[in-house]
Amino acid sequence: MTATDIHRAIDAVWRIESARLIAGLARMVRDVGLAEELAQDALVTALERWPESGIPDNPGAWLMTAAKHRAIDQLRRRKLIERKHESLSHEPEFGPTDERLELETMLDDDIGDDLLRLIFTACHPVLSAEARAALTLRLLGGLTTDEIARAFLVPEPTVAQRIVRAKRTLAEKQIPFEVPRGEERDERLASVLEVLYLIFNEGYAATSGDDWTRPELCNEAMRLGRVLAGLAPQEPEVLGLLALMEIQASRLRARTTASGEPILLPDQDRSRWDPLLIRRGLSALDRIEKLGGANGPYALQAAIAACHARARSAEQTEWARIATLYAALARVMPSPVVELNRAVAVAMASGPEAGLALVDQLADEPLLRNYHLLPSVRGDLLSRLQRHDEARGEFERAATLARNVRERSLLEQRAAACAEASRSAQQPF
Amino acid sequence: MRFMMLMLPAGHGQAPPDARPSKDAVESMMRFNRSLQEAGVLLALDGLHPPSAGVRVSLVNGKVKVADGPFAETKEVVGGYWMIDVSSREEAVTWASRCPLAAGDTVEVRQVFEAADFPPEVRKAAEGFGELGQSAG
Repeated sequence: MTATDIHRAIDAVWRIESARLIAGLARMVRDVGLAEELAQDALVTALERWPESGIPDNPGAWLMTAAKHRAIDQLRRRKLIERKHESLSHEPEFGPTDERLELETMLDDDIGDDLLRLIFTACHPVLSAEARAALTLRLLGGLTTDEIARAFLVPEPTVAQRIVRAKRTLAEKQIPFEVPRGEERDERLASVLEVLYLIFNEGYAATSGDDWTRPELCNEAMRLGRVLAGLAPQEPEVLGLLALMEIQASRLRARTTASGEPILLPDQDRSRWDPLLIRRGLSALDRIEKLGGANGPYALQAAIAACHARARSAEQTEWARIATLYAALARVMPSPVVELNRAVAVAMASGPEAGLALVDQLADEPLLRNYHLLPSVRGDLLSRLQRHDEARGEFERAATLARNVRERSLLEQRAAACAEASRSAQQPF
Repeated sequence: MRFMMLMLPAGHGQAPPDARPSKDAVESMMRFNRSLQEAGVLLALDGLHPPSAGVRVSLVNGKVKVADGPFAETKEVVGGYWMIDVSSREEAVTWASRCPLAAGDTVEVRQVFEAADFPPEVRKAAEGFGELGQSAG
C-alpha cells in the first residue's frame, strides 16, 4: 500500500469507528469534548504508526486502547495537580488500571447505549440548532471541521468555533452523559430528530448558495437516521423521520438537470427515482403502522411523501389523500407552512380556486412574511386561473425572497412566462 | 456511494440443494449484519439457495438452453449479498474485510452504477426502468 492508500484506509476506519470510540470514551471521562480530543489524539497516533506497522487487525480496539492510555495519563495528571493543590495524599479515585478496563467491556453491547447517550448529548437543546448540527456531524458522523464547513457553506473557523463553544457549553452546564427518561425523553428525542432533519434539508433543498442539492449531507443524515433507528427501534417517529428522508432522497437524482437546474416534482422523470429507497421508506411506514405511530408529525410527512412515491405519474397522485394527511399534520403540528402545503394539495384535488381561498387566509401570517413559497404558490394558482398579471407579480416577489440562486432563476423564468402569457392573452393572434 | 458485497462461499458450487448454514455460522454472520445496520450503512441483504437447487438459462449456438443444477463448472458462485451505502471505496473494503469468512470464502466488492456513469444515449435507453422495478417491489 502507498502512503495515500494507507491514509484513505485510515479515513475509512475513522469513519466507521470514531463515533463508537468517542461514545465509549465519553462514558469513561464524562466529558464529550475531552472524549473527542482523546479520540483525535488516538487518530494522530495511528496516522504516525500505521503507515509503518500496517493497519492492525482490529483497528477499533487499537484506537480505543491508545485513547484510553491517554485518558488515564490525563486523569493521573489531573489528580496529581489536585493533590498538589490540596496537599492530601490518598489513593487515586480512577481506580482501575488500563489492564483492568477490559476492551471487551468497552466494545460490547453497551456501546449501543453509549452511542445513544452521545446522540442525545450532541443534540442537547441547550445548544443552538447550528451548533447541534455541527457537533452531531463531527462526533457521530466522523466528519472533519473542513468537511462540515464545506457542506454548510460557511468558513471553517466559524464551524471550528461553533464546535469549541458547543463542547464548552456542554461542560459548563454539566450536561450529564445519559439517555433521558420519561417525559424529558420525548422532548429530547424531538430535538435529535430536528437536528437530523435539519442536516438532511440543508442537503436536500440547500437554502443558499449555487447548488440546489448537496447529496452528501442527505446521505449523512440518512446514515445517522439508520443508526438511531437501530438503537431505538420501537420509536415510531425515528422510523417516520427515516422513512421521510429515504422517500425524499429517492428523488435526489431526478430533482436537477445535468447542469444543476432544479426540476419540480410534477416535471420529474419518475423512472429516475430510486426504487430501493422508496421500498425501504414504504416498509418503514408499515412498521410505524404496527407500532401505532401513524399520527406522529414525521410519520405523517413520510406518508405524504409516500403518496408521491406510489404515483406512477404526476396525474395519478392521490391529492385528496394528501390533503387529508396535511389536515392531520396541521392538527399535531400546527404551522402556517403546513397550511400552505395543505392549500396546494387542496388546489390539486379540488381546483385552484379552493386552494387560493386557503392561501389567501395566510396572507397576513407573520411567519410567512419573508417565505418565498407563499408568493410562489399564490403565483402558481393565479397562473392556473389565467390571472397572469397578478401571477407575474407574485413570482417576482418570490424571486426577490428566494435565497438559493437556482431557485431564484426558476422563479424569474416563471414570472417571464406569465408576462408572455399575459401578452398573448391580450393579442388575439 | 453504493456498493454490493457479494459473498462467494467456498464449496457453495458443490453444496447439495438442501444445504443450510450452521447455527454458529448464522450467529456470526448476524453479528456482522448487525454491525452494518448499527453503523447505518446497510440498505438490503439476502442469502441464496445453493446453485444445485437453481437453474441456468444460457444461449448456446443460437438456442436458449435451460439446465437444472447441480452444474459441473462452479468454482465461485454467489451465496448472498449486502447492499451498502458508504462514503468511499475504502470504507466498503473495510466493511468487507470484517465479514466472518471460512477458509476459501471470498467477498467481492462491486460498486453500483450511477446514472452519471453512463453517456446520455445510454441513460436515455435506461429511461422507464426504475418505474418497472418500483412497481415490482
